[in-house]
Amino acid sequence: MPQEHRLILKHVDDPNYGPDLATYRKHGGYRALTKALKMKRKRGAKGALITPQEWLREEVSRSQLRGRGGAGFSCGLKWSFVDRKSGKPIYLICNADESEPGTFKDRQIIYKDPHQLLEGIILSSWANDVELAYIYIRGEFVEGARILERAIAEARRQGYLGKNVLDSGYKLEVHVHRGAGAYICGEETGLIESLEGKRAYPRIKPPYFPAVLGLYQCPTIVNNVETLCAVKHIADNGGDAYAKLGTPNNTGTRIVCLSGHVQRPGYFEVEVGKVTIGELIFDANFGGGLRPGRRLKAVIPGGSSAKVFRAGETFQLKGQKKKVKLLDLPYDFDSLLQAGSMSGSGAIIVLDDTADMIAALANIADFYAHESCGQCTPCREGSLWMSKALRRLAGGQGRRQDAEQLLHIARNIQGRTICAFGEACAWPVMSVVEKFREEFETRGEEHERAATEAKTN
Amino acid sequence: MSLNIPKKLETAVNRTIRNYPQKRSASLMVLHAIQEHEGYISPEAVEWVARKLELEPINVHELVTFYPMFRQQAAGRRVIKICRTLSCALAGADGLRRHLCGKLGLDERDHRLQITEDGRFSLESVECLAGCGVAPVMMCGDDFHEGVTPEKADEILKEKE
Ligand SMILES: Cc1cc2nc3c(=O)[nH]c(=O)nc-3n(C[C@H](O)[C@H](O)[C@H](O)COP(=O)(O)O)c2cc1C
Ligand code: SF4
Ligand code: FES
Repeated sequence: MPQEHRLILKHVDDPNYGPDLATYRKHGGYRALTKALKMKRKRGAKGALITPQEWLREEVSRSQLRGRGGAGFSCGLKWSFVDRKSGKPIYLICNADESEPGTFKDRQIIYKDPHQLLEGIILSSWANDVELAYIYIRGEFVEGARILERAIAEARRQGYLGKNVLDSGYKLEVHVHRGAGAYICGEETGLIESLEGKRAYPRIKPPYFPAVLGLYQCPTIVNNVETLCAVKHIADNGGDAYAKLGTPNNTGTRIVCLSGHVQRPGYFEVEVGKVTIGELIFDANFGGGLRPGRRLKAVIPGGSSAKVFRAGETFQLKGQKKKVKLLDLPYDFDSLLQAGSMSGSGAIIVLDDTADMIAALANIADFYAHESCGQCTPCREGSLWMSKALRRLAGGQGRRQDAEQLLHIARNIQGRTICAFGEACAWPVMSVVEKFREEFETRGEEHERAATEAKTN
Repeated sequence: MSLNIPKKLETAVNRTIRNYPQKRSASLMVLHAIQEHEGYISPEAVEWVARKLELEPINVHELVTFYPMFRQQAAGRRVIKICRTLSCALAGADGLRRHLCGKLGLDERDHRLQITEDGRFSLESVECLAGCGVAPVMMCGDDFHEGVTPEKADEILKEKE
C-alpha cells in the first residue's frame, strides 16, 4: 500500500515539536543555510568555477522542482529569468495567500514550522542576491502572521537575518505583509500591486513578468510557501537527491489537501506521481474511502479552479496503450494536464452521490463572482451572470437552455482576460456543465414545467 | 466622531512604514492596525492614513472598499465569520449558519455583515478560510475554530460573552 513520504511535514504532527528556533535547530534546522554560507567557489556541472549562489541555483534546476502554488512552473527556470543586470534591487516574495478553495497546506507549515519556511526564504534570497524579502500572508491568518513575526525576530537575534547573516557579509531583511481578504492577491501580479499599497489589480503579461518588472518595477521572484520549503531540502541534500523522489518531470514530494466527502479529510505529503487519485481517496493511509453506502460522483482535483472529473471517466495518456481510469490516474502535474484538468494547488475535493452538482457549482460560481477584481469586462460580468443563472437553477427557477447559456458565457471569458482568474472561473462551469449536462437539462425542464403548471392553474 | 490615535499605536505605525522602501506599501498594514484599534475605518481614519503615507485620501479609500476585511462601520463586539465555500458547505456550513442566525436573531438569507441588536456579536459569511480539511470552520475574532457543530458554536459563543 502506498505511504506518505514526509519531507516538509516531517515534524509538524509531533506533539513535542514547536514553532520556536531551538526546536527547529534541534531537528537539523539552519544546517543547510550555515553550510551554504560557508561554501567557497567550486566547480559547477559544466566544469567552470561558480559562486556558491550559482551552485544553489544549479541544484534547484537539477532538482526539477516545479512550483507548488498552482501553475507547476519550473522553479529553476523562473529563477533563471530574473534580470540580474538591471542594476535594480531584486526582491523575493513568499506567496502565503493560500486562498484557492480546498487548499490548507501552507497553513500547516506557517503555523507549525515557520523556521523551515524562513530558512527556505533566506536560502532562496541569498541564491538570487535578494536583500529584502516579504511574506505576503492572507489577512485571516492573524495568528500565522504573529508566529512568523516571532520567528523572524528570533532568527534576527541568532544572526540568520540582518546586516551580516552568519558573519558572511550577506545582508537580508524579511517582513510579514498581511493581505485583507481578497482572493486575487494570490495571483502574483495582483499580489505585487497589493504589496505596493494598491488595489490588487493583476498586471498585463507581457510586459509585467515579475522576474523582470515586479515589485516597484524591479526584478522579483514570487514563490509559494511549499516551493520555498522544498528549496531548503534541495540545499540540504542536493538537487539530484530531491529529483530521485517522485517521478520523472514530477519530482519531489507534494502536500495533497483532501476535503469533501471522505472519511479522513486532511493533508498528506506524498512523492509526486507515486500515488493515484483512487489511492488518495480510498486507501486507509489517506482518505479512507467514502461514507458507508456512498458512491463516488465527482472529483475536483486541484482546487476549485480545476476542471472537474466525473466518476468512471477514462483518459488517454501519452505513451500508454490502454486508457487510464480516473482512480488509476497518478496524482502528478503531467498526468492531470493530459487528462484535461490540473493538479493546481494540490487540493482534491471529493463529491459522493449525495452531492447536487448544480448546488456545488452554484457555490463555486458565487465564490468567483465575489472575488473577481473587476478589471476585465468578461470576467466581472460573466462571473456574475454565471452565478446568477446557477442560483436560479439551484433555487427552482431554471430553464432548459441554462446549460447552453452557461457554456456560452464561460467560453467567452476563457482566454479574454488579463489574468488566469478568467480560466479559474470558466473551467469549473464548463467542465461541470459538460460532464453532468443531463442533470442541468432535467432540472431546467422540471422548473419550466412547474412554472407552466402554476400559470395554467 | 473624532479619531484618537494613541502614541503607542502611532509609534507602531511609524515602525511598520520603515519596513518598506515606499511608504504607500504600508497601506494595508496600517489600515489593519487602525481597524484593530478603532473597530472600523472611519473617513477620519482614511484621512489620517493618507497624511501619514503622503497619499490622497482617495488612494486609501479605494483600498477600504476593495478589500473585504476592512469595514466602514462599527461591527458587533465579536465578529463571527463563517466559511461558506464548497468544502465547508459539503460539511454542513449552511446548517451552522442557520443555527447561529436563529440564536442571534439575524436574517439567515443575508450573507453580509449583520450586527445583533445588543451589539455583542456580528456575523458574516466569508470565502474559504484554508481549513477545508476540518470543515465546517468559522472564526470568532482572531481565533479559528474547526469542525464546528451547532453545539460547539454555542460553547464558543458562551466563552466569548
Ligand atoms: C486567481 C489566482 C489565484 C492564485 N492564488 C494563489 C495562492 O493563493 N497561493 C499561491 O501560492 N499561488 C497562487 N496563485 C499562483 C501565483 O500566481 C504564482 O504562480 C505562484 O505563487 C508562483 O509560485 P510557485 O512557482 O512557487 O508555485 C494564484 C494564481 C491565480 C491566477
Ligand atoms: S480576469 Fe478577472 S480577476 Fe483577473 S484581472 Fe481580469 S477581472 Fe481581474
Ligand atoms: S471551504 Fe471552508 S475553509 Fe475551505
